[in-house]
Amino acid sequence: MEIGVCVKRVPMVGGKIVLTPGAQEVDTRMSGFTISPHEECAVEEAVQITERLGGTVSVITLGPPAAADQLRDALALGAKRAVLLETDGAEWGPIATAAAIVAEARRRAGAGQGYDLLLCGNEAADTGDYQVGIRVACALGWPCVTGIKSLEVTETAARARREYRGGEESFEFGLPAVVCVKEGINLPRYPSLPGRLRAKRAVIEQHAPARQAEGLTKRALHVPETERKQATVLGTGAAAVPALIEVLEEWGVLS
Amino acid sequence: MTVLCLVEQDADGTADASLRALSFAAGLAAGAPVAAVLFGTAGQVPRGLLAGHGAVRAHVVEPGDIDGYAPQAWARALAGLAAQEGAAAVVAAATDRGAEVMAYLGAITGQPMAANCVTAGPAGDGSYDIVRHRWAGLLLEDARLDGSPALLTVATEAVPAVTVPAPPALDVQPYQPVLAEGDLRVRATEGAGHTSGASLATARVVVGGGRGVGGPDGFAPLEELAGLLGGVVGVSRVVTSEGWRPHRQQVGQTGTKITPELYLACGISGAIQHMAGCAGARHIVAVNTDPGAPILAHADCAVIGDLGEVIPALVAALRARSGPA
Repeated sequence: MEIGVCVKRVPMVGGKIVLTPGAQEVDTRMSGFTISPHEECAVEEAVQITERLGGTVSVITLGPPAAADQLRDALALGAKRAVLLETDGAEWGPIATAAAIVAEARRRAGAGQGYDLLLCGNEAADTGDYQVGIRVACALGWPCVTGIKSLEVTETAARARREYRGGEESFEFGLPAVVCVKEGINLPRYPSLPGRLRAKRAVIEQHAPARQAEGLTKRALHVPETERKQATVLGTGAAAVPALIEVLEEWGVLS
Repeated sequence: MTVLCLVEQDADGTADASLRALSFAAGLAAGAPVAAVLFGTAGQVPRGLLAGHGAVRAHVVEPGDIDGYAPQAWARALAGLAAQEGAAAVVAAATDRGAEVMAYLGAITGQPMAANCVTAGPAGDGSYDIVRHRWAGLLLEDARLDGSPALLTVATEAVPAVTVPAPPALDVQPYQPVLAEGDLRVRATEGAGHTSGASLATARVVVGGGRGVGGPDGFAPLEELAGLLGGVVGVSRVVTSEGWRPHRQQVGQTGTKITPELYLACGISGAIQHMAGCAGARHIVAVNTDPGAPILAHADCAVIGDLGEVIPALVAALRARSGPA
């Protein structure tokens, strides 16, 4: 089983998001980078599948040279091969990103080691475009499912489940396919020391894809003005309960 | 220059998110006709409701053509309708299905798709100026969308449903899509365990539990409280990553976005990724031992104290209130 996992280098945000002076990017001088939480789970899922069925997990990212850090993080978790689709650091939209991934999938197929399964996070933590996996699948003519929180894979087919309005729905489809997963599909492992050492030494395959035009153009980012409320403290401990009941009654939330 | 809007139906009727998307579509159309697109039987079409939210037409794809949920087939139908109507834009609520179908529509038509928009208006040259969520709403992006048709999903927790007084009668038309090979390859089967009970996303009251709950055994009082308030329990990310509660209960950027009347956040510090999930709550009450917890900057009211003391007292008070007078 050849599995490709698409990950994205995103800023690590903590207490507050701060923008760069031109309001084009998140200021990362104090924070650093990580991969989106859904994608951590995608890497874990791929590693678990190859532990059962055999095969290779390749981790793929599109980004600046520094995105090699995120590839090495995934290698430390059990991915065996890493592919950097290198950009000049500018943000690529979903159409251009999908085209670069499609080119990688075709290149791999051309080498006789085509992917049976491509895993993506359901959406990137930062841009939240919700579409790269589907665009990749449509270009390759593969089935695609999204929002997946449970996945069973055989050599030739898969069954995937996701939440739907308090219950769940399932999908059955043949491979090759693209599956976009959500956090909750598994609990990702922590990297092992041998894993980290292996990741440090690993050779990263690099390609420089051509950037396709995109019809959605970012102009500026801004932090929404949220109503800073500063809560009214009703009191301390059980003594505050009567005041709380009064407030809830006033809001009409008690039947 | 019609604007098309995907309208989702479920067991409880028309999804509230779809009515908000319809209102958004009406705003975008600025007087041009808005046509709803539904998958189901013509008899199920809530004519008054759709007309009352700005639709003048409804195109219905009947089960004989596409039975159940098949995202690529739904997108193919939207693509066909967009071509038939010469649609300027196609809009859907950014629900799981809405986002998925619109992504397929983008892929099928080769057009860009702007996800989680909060506002959109014509820029004058055929393109649109939009504002959309990034970081699940923690950031906003101003962007230019240049597509024909323009494809957008709507962050419906951030836009209102707007009703139209005395609308004209809805014109309901069946639509038979021309499907392509592979369109029905992926289709949903509803799994076991489907409940019609309150789901986290639509619950009127959510009782949240965070690290302060202390462990998997600490949730029984919160469940009891949620039951008394007619609500459900939601949790923070740390609770699911510790394995205390299942991930489906997580509120936040990587979990569920909630829109309750009341969010009672117990032992939750208020990380921004969590607040992205409960920004749609009408009222927030924090119960926390720490008066300096970040969540207090987002809450209306707070009770400072230990959950082990406050929650049982609140449960007792609610029981006494609903008991015999």
